[in-house]
Amino acid sequence: MLEVTGLSGGYYNHPVLDSVSFTVNKGELFGILGPNGSGKTTLLSMLSGVLAYKAGTIKIKGTSLKEYSAKQLAQVIAVLPQHSSLAFSYTVKETVSLGRYAHQKGLFHSWSDEDEAVVQKVMEQTGVAGFSDYQFEQLSGGERQRVLLAQALAQEPEILFLDEPTNHLDLAYQKGLLDLMKKMAMEYELTVIAIFHDLNLAGLYCDRLMLLEKGQVRVNDIPNEVLKQERIQQVYRTEIEKHPHPAIPRPQMFIVPNQHDSEKDSVVINEQFLTVSDEMVQLHAPIPLRTMSSGVTGSGTGWHQKFVNRHVSHTYSCENHVEEMTDYLRSHGFEPSETVGMMTAVFLEAVSYRFLHGENFSIFIVVTAGVGNAVDASLADQHSDAPRPGTINTWIFINGHVAEEAFIHSIVTATEAKVKALHELGVKDPVTNTWATGTSTDSILIAATQRGEGLHYAGTITPLGKLISRGVYDCTVEAIEKNERVKRT
Amino acid sequence: MVKQSIRKSLTNNKPLAYIIAVSFLLFSMMVGISIGSVSVPFFTLFQILGKEVFHLPIAAQPDMMFTNIVMNIRLPRVLLAGLVGASLAIAGAAFQGLLRNPLADPYTLGVSSGASVGAVATIFLGISIPVLGNFTLPILSVVFSIVTIFCVLFFTKKMDRSMKVETIILTGIIFSSFLSAFISLMIALTGEELRQIIGWLMGSVSMRGWSYIVIILPFFVIGSLVLMMNTQELNAMTFGENRAKHLGVNVQRRKLTILIAGSVLTGAAVAVSGTIGFVGLVIPHIIRQIWGPDHKHLLPLSLLIGSGFLILADLVARMVISPSELPIGVITSLIGAPAFALILLKRRRRGER
Repeated sequence: MLEVTGLSGGYYNHPVLDSVSFTVNKGELFGILGPNGSGKTTLLSMLSGVLAYKAGTIKIKGTSLKEYSAKQLAQVIAVLPQHSSLAFSYTVKETVSLGRYAHQKGLFHSWSDEDEAVVQKVMEQTGVAGFSDYQFEQLSGGERQRVLLAQALAQEPEILFLDEPTNHLDLAYQKGLLDLMKKMAMEYELTVIAIFHDLNLAGLYCDRLMLLEKGQVRVNDIPNEVLKQERIQQVYRTEIEKHPHPAIPRPQMFIVPNQHDSEKDSVVINEQFLTVSDEMVQLHAPIPLRTMSSGVTGSGTGWHQKFVNRHVSHTYSCENHVEEMTDYLRSHGFEPSETVGMMTAVFLEAVSYRFLHGENFSIFIVVTAGVGNAVDASLADQHSDAPRPGTINTWIFINGHVAEEAFIHSIVTATEAKVKALHELGVKDPVTNTWATGTSTDSILIAATQRGEGLHYAGTITPLGKLISRGVYDCTVEAIEKNERVKRT
Repeated sequence: MVKQSIRKSLTNNKPLAYIIAVSFLLFSMMVGISIGSVSVPFFTLFQILGKEVFHLPIAAQPDMMFTNIVMNIRLPRVLLAGLVGASLAIAGAAFQGLLRNPLADPYTLGVSSGASVGAVATIFLGISIPVLGNFTLPILSVVFSIVTIFCVLFFTKKMDRSMKVETIILTGIIFSSFLSAFISLMIALTGEELRQIIGWLMGSVSMRGWSYIVIILPFFVIGSLVLMMNTQELNAMTFGENRAKHLGVNVQRRKLTILIAGSVLTGAAVAVSGTIGFVGLVIPHIIRQIWGPDHKHLLPLSLLIGSGFLILADLVARMVISPSELPIGVITSLIGAPAFALILLKRRRRGER
């Protein structure tokens, strides 16, 4: 559809683009990214025939751009401008009708039935038909943008250029506009070429992205490939974190604000932040910690500052334990969305905790354990699935900067250490009478300060893994033994 | 909000707009011909027009004196005023659309100054080209106005290859000042022709006769037709030149065409009547306020209303201190400038809201 080879040029004696080459296929949603001054708008101006270029070729449907007359070009290409100011106030209908200019014939541009039909159709599509008699200047920014889109669509183009289409639009309009573009691309095979400032929107909607850097093509590929953390950091010279979209398989980039010096000071989580009472074990961290947990509240991944392990009676049973727990936390002065909450039937004086030093990092482990509910995981299908309060709750606080994968390593390592501890103590599954591997509702929490030493791995023989294995093993053994003693007294 | 709905119903009723505009023009013409130091009764006027212009078989013999007044003095005068008003108004409307500036008019581009220099130089130097005879002055004016617009465009292109509107206006203003200095110089150096030059500069359509109508008519017809063929382009151009190009307008060529057509119209108008200000500025503005900015209707409506307006202005000019006459430029400025100030104030207030 569009074929660009060795395109160079710019304004006067100031070259902007340096031998840019790429092709865009029919029906593709193609995004152009790049920092300010990388040549995005210059490229779009050249492609739409507004700016002359020095070297290279632009071919549209196999024919050179230079061979198109202004009218012929407007029948193939339409542009949605970034903003548009009007000297005089036309009505919406008049504005949209101007899009038919390229299709009108004769010296005095007679208005045909087809023109009218197309104008009505595009006004319906863009949702501006309702205010066709309004003055353009009476409209809001989002409505104006849609009127200009209708004008561009009235040209019945095969290629539509968008220059930062979501500027000045609120969230709903951004989504509406891009959803419409996607639909037009899929249903009518409209080729859409858009400049984006917002990497995330580009990543969400585009079939292919081209990243420009200093007037050259840095990369041209599918969004997941283009939006690589290191690459974006280099090109945009800023701190970025990449993360998958929670609902669809698309990449998202997050800006990481510059941190104040005091925010970088290392924080050590240890027993000084821990309070134990009959009712609950709580840890109140001085800063929010990055967490991954299976608690009742604050489960999954997130950032949390307060951690609660609450004692409930053996007979605790509640249809909706999440709601009950939330109410409980709130009534005790904890904000549920900021708190990781767990429950246990174990008496809390049997809690076991330990602080361990590694090289440049440290961990703090808190375990409460009772094994009355023990289960052999390999024979778990012999158990009924009635939920009971969890009995081994493991908290691991890591004073270091832990990578995503190290969180998962940590969970695996901690579980292995727990299984070994149960085995060492000869704990058996009362139903199957085989070695137990845990209890039916164990919970785990990994929380990291994300300051100081970077920790990428936590497998059993890595420095972090070794510390976790030893700490969890020791604490679990001690907690079970303590609990047995407390129960006997 | 009531005003808004009135505006909307007026905007949407285009046939009514033309009926109003044509009626206004016809009324102005009748009044303009009828009233004067010797009043011609309407009935007699219709008899004369029917007999002399349309060659209808009318039995009655109107007074020869009335016939003379109407056919040799009033009718050519009214027609000339109408043509000048129409030319200035349509040229103004086109320039405003092209330059996306409601304050633009034929004078902004230096066109009328060019035409004035041509005319004043003709009087000052006493130029008389034998073949042209009495037409030396008007024809030199038209030539000068076209030469001026080409000079303005040439210098604009030298400064800025893409010929941005802002650059054109700036160049026009520079040229205008330069040419005005020339006019002042010639006025300062002149002796006995002073009254003639000043009189011409202030503008008048009196005692020009049919020959001047013959001069302006071809320019008027060609210029107006060319502009009418570019109404859609003017609409597109008000969205900005890049936008117009995206919509498929051959911007460079259309811009040149419109500028030349507007200059021809202005040059011819200035040549036959001197400098008459504010018609090209105020008339399109009023039309836009009432019937909207669509050039397809703005240009013809400006032409009709501008024409009628100048006929009435001329009538006032010769009636106020009758039997002597005021220069018509004084009248248009006296009516036009305050009207324009009012429009500006209204726009300003609307902008603030």
